[in-house]
Amino acid sequence: MAETFTIGDRSYASRLIMGTGGAPSIEILREALIASGTRLTTVAMRRVAAGTRGSILDLLAELEIDVLPNTAGCLTAGDAVLTARLAREALGTSWVKLEVIADERTLLPDPIELLDAARTLVDDGFTVLPYTNDDPVLARKLEDVGCAAVMPLGAPIGSGLGIRNPHNIELIAEAARVPVILDAGIGSASDAALAMELGCAGVLLASAVTRSQQPALMAAAMRDAVAAGYACRAAGRIPVRRFALASSPSRDESPAF
Amino acid sequence: MRVTINGELRDVPSGLLLADLIAQHTDIRSGVAVAVDGEVVPRTGWSAYVLEDGAVIEILTAVQGG
Repeated sequence: MAETFTIGDRSYASRLIMGTGGAPSIEILREALIASGTRLTTVAMRRVAAGTRGSILDLLAELEIDVLPNTAGCLTAGDAVLTARLAREALGTSWVKLEVIADERTLLPDPIELLDAARTLVDDGFTVLPYTNDDPVLARKLEDVGCAAVMPLGAPIGSGLGIRNPHNIELIAEAARVPVILDAGIGSASDAALAMELGCAGVLLASAVTRSQQPALMAAAMRDAVAAGYACRAAGRIPVRRFALASSPSRDESPAF
Repeated sequence: MRVTINGELRDVPSGLLLADLIAQHTDIRSGVAVAVDGEVVPRTGWSAYVLEDGAVIEILTAVQGG
């Protein structure tokens, strides 16, 4: 890829951010993360059950993948801010994937709480990557309060419905001065490629890989799709036409060699 | 006295130190963070933190997700 993928003060060789949820085993997750080529991967913060043993952090450290804690499951700005602060203390990173969901059924972001939490965390020195609706106005407001990226959903988390409103994703990507990362809803490689063709700087996905039949193979497909979509966007596609345009000339018009 | 640990009420000796409570709850030392009454208590403060009756303690770590 010609340009590096820069978020805040870091640059990454891969534009694919992985999640770790949904994998059937740590070994399958390991193979998938390696195949994906990702350099940044999310984890969730949860209550320590008696007898819990750490393993996901050991895996990410072994693979030299940066950890991106999320605030999954938080329903209020207050919960999300506390979870982000606990993650900073536990993991030693001030980066956070900020999620504030409205309800458990849709897992859609609550825009009011999200913006409130984003403002508080930016002021507290966090590098905030908010999971947001595919709403260009909210994306702009998140950028205005100092978020390092905006991460609109393609469709609800885990749905595999792809990008339901490509026009809005394109609007967000055109207007943003920070990286736009398509987060949630990806089901297939073509969805990931489309996100990049629409102008996104990266893609974040988990279920599409971890819940597929062969996670490592799907991870490789997503890695290639993100790279292909990015290259396609950079190359500049041909205009769409209503009628045919022959690619074989009626007489020899080839330039002389 | 009674405190709440990760959502569960527990009877503990009065004057219990936060560090001792955490040690009873989990063996994990890295990747763990603790909040008492909604405020993060940095690791360096655990051994001097005297819990009070009614304290609400959250002990979190990173798990697969997102």
